[in-house]
Amino acid sequence: MKFLSSIGDVLLRSFKFLRRDKKAAAGSIIMFVLLVITAFPTWFTPHDPSAEIYTPGAGLSWSHLLGTTSFGQDVFSQLIAGTRQSVMIALIVGFISTVLSVGIGITAAYSGGIVDDVLSLVTDVVLVIPTFPLIIVITAYLKSASFWLMVLVLVITGWSYGARQLRVQALSLRNRDYLLAARARGESSWYVICVELIPPMTSLIVANFLGAALYAVLTAAGLQFVGLGNINTQSWGTMLYWAQNNEALSIGLPLWALAPGVAIAILGSGLALLNYAFDEIGNPALRPVSAKRLKNARA
Amino acid sequence: MRFLVRRLGFLLVALWAALTVNFFIPRLMPGNPAESMMAKFHGHVNPAAIKALEVAFGINNHQGLISSYFEYINNTMHGNLGLSLSYFPIPVSTVIMRALPWSLGLVGISTILGFVIGTALGAIAAWRRGGILDNVLPPAFIVISAFPYFWIGLLCVWFFALTLGWFPILGGYTETATVAWSWGFVGDILWHSVLPAFTILLTSIGGWILTMRNNMITVVAEDYVKMARAKGLKPRRVLWQYAGRNALLPNLTGFAMSLGFVISGAILVEYVFNYPGLGFTLLQAVQNEDYPLMQSLFLLITVAVLVAIFISDVATALLDPRTRSSS
Repeated sequence: MKFLSSIGDVLLRSFKFLRRDKKAAAGSIIMFVLLVITAFPTWFTPHDPSAEIYTPGAGLSWSHLLGTTSFGQDVFSQLIAGTRQSVMIALIVGFISTVLSVGIGITAAYSGGIVDDVLSLVTDVVLVIPTFPLIIVITAYLKSASFWLMVLVLVITGWSYGARQLRVQALSLRNRDYLLAARARGESSWYVICVELIPPMTSLIVANFLGAALYAVLTAAGLQFVGLGNINTQSWGTMLYWAQNNEALSIGLPLWALAPGVAIAILGSGLALLNYAFDEIGNPALRPVSAKRLKNARA
Repeated sequence: MRFLVRRLGFLLVALWAALTVNFFIPRLMPGNPAESMMAKFHGHVNPAAIKALEVAFGINNHQGLISSYFEYINNTMHGNLGLSLSYFPIPVSTVIMRALPWSLGLVGISTILGFVIGTALGAIAAWRRGGILDNVLPPAFIVISAFPYFWIGLLCVWFFALTLGWFPILGGYTETATVAWSWGFVGDILWHSVLPAFTILLTSIGGWILTMRNNMITVVAEDYVKMARAKGLKPRRVLWQYAGRNALLPNLTGFAMSLGFVISGAILVEYVFNYPGLGFTLLQAVQNEDYPLMQSLFLLITVAVLVAIFISDVATALLDPRTRSSS
């Protein structure tokens, strides 16, 4: 219970912060809208996204807000339908990577000794191996990456950065008096880690989740763009793939190729804005300052 | 010294890990795609080349996993990367050497420029806290960094090449031009590199601005910066000689890593522009199922990144006495 209430306390403070911080508020609104679209895509799609029945290569009009593809599909409907996959990739990869990062980073810091040495070494090695070329090589053998395979590959390559950051912060907290006191009271390791160690690290953990989610969205889009994803699913990356393969830019259908990128950027900005806001919770020195307050402080 | 020995040890462990990953990936894949690739080449290729491919990809495994593992490591250590399948019978190393200068030139120069400009802007933004730069740059680049970087390339192609017609759409040089060390040809290369270089610059600069700004904010609060100010030194001197130098140190590793990544080319930017560097070569190898070329490129990229990180460790140890004593 105490664990829950301390987490709740942190969430409440974050919520108050959201109301003050413009970046965080903008990020939250973007994420909320995208989540609604993800949950109920059919509310927003005027046409069947996969139907190839409209005039091919049509420009902007009220019935086709972003025109049509050269196959005669409605670009706007495809964009809405593609939202789900990118948001799901972000949330799932972000969540699993964060669980791994927290587990490995905190185990390393809390155990110390040989466990720490081994886990840190593994983390550092995974961290320095170039991820994008590695993912390309793996998916090249499998011809095309299904949704869950892509999740797997992104998690394998995405957890190490967070694990390293969390280990460093857990190390700096490890020998604080209140932790020593908890141990002296004879509390179990689980209790100490969950109730005393993790709550103060919440902002860093959330920041890691957002960072991993952003990484997942951009990397998945890149893979799908070069045709290494499953090209028959509805997603922003596959839209880019089909647009590029049909030379959408040269044949005068720039919206087909450019709109999915803007959609990815909207999701990406939502995550990034929240991320910087949480950075600022963790490190108050980074918060924006007004010029007036700065002058007063200097004088 | 102990610090450097530790880092050298790490370099070797990471190299070994990369080699091992490279060795096992084709073996772990379902249905061994390499086998169908080999079937195509039997009869056209001399037996020694077939043998090397078999060792590298684990086909006809009559010699056992362990011994082929060591033979593979031995082959790689001697720079024997095998033959490219899509450019057969040209060795992989020749294909790589042909593409390398393009990536080094394009990505190398734009990475260095991005680092220098980004770091300078970040330092100035932090120095003038609450000024125009400080208010405009971070949010602008938060948004830019959320775009997929290849998409910025698409946008540039559409706007500057197709709509305005200022720059060529793709390629590293005009196909019909005579390849020679003439001013005309060099100019042609530069003209083709403007858009990809601009794309890389725009997408890499934000990271440097933000990290430098954040480091600077921490350093500016240090006592020695106050001391320098109190001594009445010129602000410019305090900014660069006192605060900037120290704020730069944590960024060195990141810079070294991105220099290592120069080898990989900005993979997707090269792809968008059909720029004949290593990243484009890697994706072509994927499309042509040229597994030896693909795996050698992955290995080369990894080695470049690891060596770059090691060099930055050495540089950090030389520049920052704290690293030496703390280990």
